[in-house]
Amino acid sequence: MGADHHGPAKGLTRWLFTTNHKDIGSMYLWFSFAMFLMGGTFALVIRSELFQPGLQIVKPEFFNQMTTMHGLVMVFGAIMPAWVGLANWMVPLMIGAPDMALPRMNNWSFWILPFAFTMLASSLFMEGGAPNFGWTFYAPLSTTYAPPSVTYFIFGVHLMGMSSIMGSINIIATIMNLRAPGMTYMKMPMFVWTWFITAFLLIAVMPVLAGVVTMMLFDIHFGTSFFSAAGGGDPVLFQHVFWFFGHPEVYIMILPAFGVVSEVLPTFSRKPLFGYSSMVYATASIAFLSFIVWAHHMYTVGMPIAGELFFMYATMLIAVPTGVKVFNWVTTMFKGSMTFETPMLFAIAFIILFTIGGLSGLMLSLAPLDFQYHDTYFVVAHFHYVLVQGALFAIYCGVYYWLPKWTGHMYDETLAKTHFWMTFIGVNTAFFPMHFVGLAGMPRRIPDYALQFADYNMLSTIGAFITGFSQLIFVVVVIKCIKSGKQATDQVWDGAHGLEWTVASPAPYHTFSVPPQVR
Amino acid sequence: MPTASTRNIALRLGAVAVGMFGFGFALVPIYDVMCKVLGVSRETINTQAQLKPGSTSADASRTVTMQFLANNDGGMSWDFRPHQFEMRVNPGAMNNTTFYVRNPAHKAMVAQAVPSVSPAEAAPYLHKTECFCFRQQTLAAGGELDMPLQFVIDQALPKDIRTITLSYTLFDVTGAAGTADQRVGASN
Repeated sequence: MGADHHGPAKGLTRWLFTTNHKDIGSMYLWFSFAMFLMGGTFALVIRSELFQPGLQIVKPEFFNQMTTMHGLVMVFGAIMPAWVGLANWMVPLMIGAPDMALPRMNNWSFWILPFAFTMLASSLFMEGGAPNFGWTFYAPLSTTYAPPSVTYFIFGVHLMGMSSIMGSINIIATIMNLRAPGMTYMKMPMFVWTWFITAFLLIAVMPVLAGVVTMMLFDIHFGTSFFSAAGGGDPVLFQHVFWFFGHPEVYIMILPAFGVVSEVLPTFSRKPLFGYSSMVYATASIAFLSFIVWAHHMYTVGMPIAGELFFMYATMLIAVPTGVKVFNWVTTMFKGSMTFETPMLFAIAFIILFTIGGLSGLMLSLAPLDFQYHDTYFVVAHFHYVLVQGALFAIYCGVYYWLPKWTGHMYDETLAKTHFWMTFIGVNTAFFPMHFVGLAGMPRRIPDYALQFADYNMLSTIGAFITGFSQLIFVVVVIKCIKSGKQATDQVWDGAHGLEWTVASPAPYHTFSVPPQVR
Repeated sequence: MPTASTRNIALRLGAVAVGMFGFGFALVPIYDVMCKVLGVSRETINTQAQLKPGSTSADASRTVTMQFLANNDGGMSWDFRPHQFEMRVNPGAMNNTTFYVRNPAHKAMVAQAVPSVSPAEAAPYLHKTECFCFRQQTLAAGGELDMPLQFVIDQALPKDIRTITLSYTLFDVTGAAGTADQRVGASN
């Protein structure tokens, strides 16, 4: 280490070669926001086509590519990297570590991603078009009937998987080895705990995803028959392997959200988190249960009755630890001295709207009822409530909460609240009517629909456009906050506790070179 | 340089990741075993039953309706249909029927029929002593064939099952002939 390593290097190479957790965290966050805008644009293409019944704007083939790319980009490009970015920025600051445990690998984890998504997005311009088989890429749609670009998709997924696995190894090693003296596991902030558990989930299931796309690759190019019934394989096997990855994946996207909300609520309620240890155990229980419920995505595929019952009861069981969390959050606010800054608004909206998504999930968990809901817009409504009003709201919650610490300035509260309320109105207008059209029988992933669904679809499209354009307010808030604004104090929020609030605002390039003492 | 302990953690977690990659592939045989245990195995319905003639006695007091379906996989051009769409059979009795195929193409083709039984609970009680689905079928251009199926329904069939549907899907395996034989053949 040279003596000139006190501040960031200059120019482009600073970002290319950086091993600094704050630089890498920022790159992850900007990258995920760019992907969010791209995936959002795809969503607006979908909603424009669905504004009215009939085919107006895009061809059905392109519509399928849009639903697929929207899902893939939002899941793997927007939500997951945003969480890794927040972890990079905040985990070392929250546990009093000078950096991540494996800084060079950290650089790799990030820089793989732009290549992965360039490969995936380039398929839009290829002959035969982009992947069009849905983000769940069920065989044989993704094998026998796939466009030639599927191979780019497969290698893109391989790269994303490597990035996630390296990132997770780094986070676990950081948390296990670099905690400040005195910070025992049961003193770690909830955000660190939830990411610790999430990282284990990632290491367990991302390789399974890599395995399933590798099997696809072999079926497509090397004449194997993993998923081809003609050769003795079974397409249903694909769904089992995919959802063995896929169900823990949805908890990967939501557990860090639980962590952020558990940080923000105590700050703005000016009370400690209620039931800290039960929160830790609930998170671990949810992570464990996520491995034994995958087939609830497959009730209609055909399973022995014992299987349907097992997966139904196991799925319903997840409501218990999740309920523990929701009640703990509500109790944290109870009789608190609450104020409603933007992070708090996002946190409270998260609790209410995520609970709606959780309850529709409970409805979907019931095998006999799922035969009606399966592959309808009810499912679309459910997972957008947990991933948009859930995960995305929690990401915004965390970004607003820690933004003054990153930039050293307070953001424009009025503009930020406008962003919150416009987004709140937009997403609910977009996704709430989907429950109704779904229950009435509108299937998902179709470019045209029966006339009776027209009004609710028009409403959804209006909501989607409100949501989409409201995100531009967020861009303005962030840029304004970087360039100017009231100087933030070190503690930023008067109810904030934790090591990240003991360092200067903006956080210096190197922090905790001398580990702090935690009592 | 990361400390020895950090390297140790990273290597162990890396090993877990590699192990889980292998586990993904291990799910393939695990799936077959689970299907067998739960009685929904493709092997159960695609394996030749070893029954000696006369070893079973017919239960004349009970009849079960057997329905036959013949489907072509997308892109398969053969004419494929059962000669009898429905049979009323006694559990324990040996039954024979045939399926008709014709290859309308101008070239020889190889086909593989893959069976499916509904309701799935009935699958373990349907014993096939002879079936065209046990092997690939080759037909010359314009060739036709009556393909035999011989089966016994087990007397232990649950009383509430009165109708069993046996459906075959015919796949074109001309290009993949040989490789495709392996997994189907392995279960015989």
